[in-house]
Amino acid sequence: MTEKQTDTAQYTLVVRNMNVYYGAFRAINNVSLNIERNKITALIGPSGCGKSTVLRSLNRMNDLVNGARVEGEVLFHEQNLYANDVDAVEVRRRIGMVFQKPNPFPKSIYDNIAFGPRINGWKGTKSEMDDLVERCLRQAALWDDVKDKLKESGLALSGGQQQRLCIARALAVEPEVILMDEPCSALDPISTLKIEELMMELRQRYTIAIVTHNMQQAARASDYTAFFLMNDQRAGELVEYGPTGDLFTNPKDKRTEDYITGRFG
Amino acid sequence: MDDKVSIGMDSRRITTSQRETTRPFSLKKQSRLGENIIQGFLLFCGVLSMFTTIGIVIVLGSESIAFFRQVSIVEFLTNTVWSPQIDEFGILPLLLSTLLTSTIAMFIALPTGLAAAIYLSEYASRRARSILKPVLEVLAGVPTVVYGYFALKFMTPLLKSVFGEANVNIYNMASAGLVMGIMIIPLVSSMSEDALSAVPRALREGAYGLGATRLETAIKVVLPAGISGIIAAFVVAISRAVGETMIVAVAAGAKPTFTFNPFEAAETMTGHIARISGGDLSYASIDYNSIFAIGLTLFLMTLGLNMISRRLVRRFREVYE
Repeated sequence: MTEKQTDTAQYTLVVRNMNVYYGAFRAINNVSLNIERNKITALIGPSGCGKSTVLRSLNRMNDLVNGARVEGEVLFHEQNLYANDVDAVEVRRRIGMVFQKPNPFPKSIYDNIAFGPRINGWKGTKSEMDDLVERCLRQAALWDDVKDKLKESGLALSGGQQQRLCIARALAVEPEVILMDEPCSALDPISTLKIEELMMELRQRYTIAIVTHNMQQAARASDYTAFFLMNDQRAGELVEYGPTGDLFTNPKDKRTEDYITGRFG
Repeated sequence: MDDKVSIGMDSRRITTSQRETTRPFSLKKQSRLGENIIQGFLLFCGVLSMFTTIGIVIVLGSESIAFFRQVSIVEFLTNTVWSPQIDEFGILPLLLSTLLTSTIAMFIALPTGLAAAIYLSEYASRRARSILKPVLEVLAGVPTVVYGYFALKFMTPLLKSVFGEANVNIYNMASAGLVMGIMIIPLVSSMSEDALSAVPRALREGAYGLGATRLETAIKVVLPAGISGIIAAFVVAISRAVGETMIVAVAAGAKPTFTFNPFEAAETMTGHIARISGGDLSYASIDYNSIFAIGLTLFLMTLGLNMISRRLVRRFREVYE
């Protein structure tokens, strides 16, 4: 019990012995991982190593995949997200997500931000909503770009702006954790840097876990790094996990070293 | 490195050694007969429906002109009696009956069809889909004359038992309209489902990621994104109802009657055309010309619907890519 308490005090999410199956296929094998509060944790590894699957298991996004099944525990405020009485909708409200490809709704910029609060029973006035929209857009460093065109479609923005809109949209429901699934893979280098700067700022208020293909990005913009690899049965396993600086300068596992030095992957 | 560079088909394979020896080749235009024939055939198929439409407009127009030489358009549009025997040519009873049966049908078909589409696209498991879709397709494949007798032999007695024997005529518009609605459900559900399924998965995930339930995702994200396809489905459904003939001919009644009571018998435009043209009508008569005037009215109605729907689609469309 004491162990659990210290865990959840320091860590926002505690993953214990997680296995993920798609039908009969085991996609993730026995992953345990602690995600620290107000830090950025990067999940890296070659394609198909299951890093996205792990990320999507942290807010029950995998529920939406036919035949997906998760074993083990993911503790969030001492509650197992996979306990029978847990409502996946509530989980996702508290653990938000930003996706690989920017996916703003085909609605106005304003309505994109307001969507989350509205479906979660927003009771405030119009002007309070205006303030919330502005605050979220400012936090996502998008306000100056869009303040004069809040009624225009979110899809009229550039790719990088769209992704920041999606981040602002996620912030509007005031989650505790933001999961990012390769948020920069569809973006140009300048937009990518902006998102990274944004993550550094958001870290003060949110816990962030990010899947990335880009090792430089993990090295630049994360506090902790988890390296995943496929085992012989093609199931993803956690190979090494630690502070980003240590993992990149002094990897303990030979396979990590091979990967970060670019010998494969 | 492999020294063979293959481009496209085998016959055009060239090797680097051949390239170096500057073998002469031609870049001149060649005639591709097969391609031209196929292109011509495709064009023909596309143009065919256009010519058919033009032909229909010409026939409807010219016969109608003959009709409107004898009956004024004002009388045609305002008279509430249609009785060719006594030279009364008011479209209103036929039009009203068509509108009543179609409206009743739409009250059944649009909500039910859309709800079925939302279920199929957002909720149904693969198993449920594999059962429900074929059933809907069977419903769509039933000949309309069968639906007509279903209305007469099942729906009408049902209405009689619910609303009272004396209140419901044996032939009535309610029965025909309700059954027509059932007939149109598969059309609405299948077209709407296509529109909903075309909405990218990423949008749904975006909504779920914000803590939206399935219903909120379906109603507030997927439905608005697919609205243009759904409006298109609705318009096709309305046109289908306005143009439906067999069910109303069998079950709605065979006498033009100006009435707002859906439990009365009243002939629709299509039902009237079917009945009159089936009888022995001489070609030169005004009765004969009159059915083309009715046909033209039907044609203009569906044309108008299509034009309205295009506007609606442009106005409400949420372009998602």
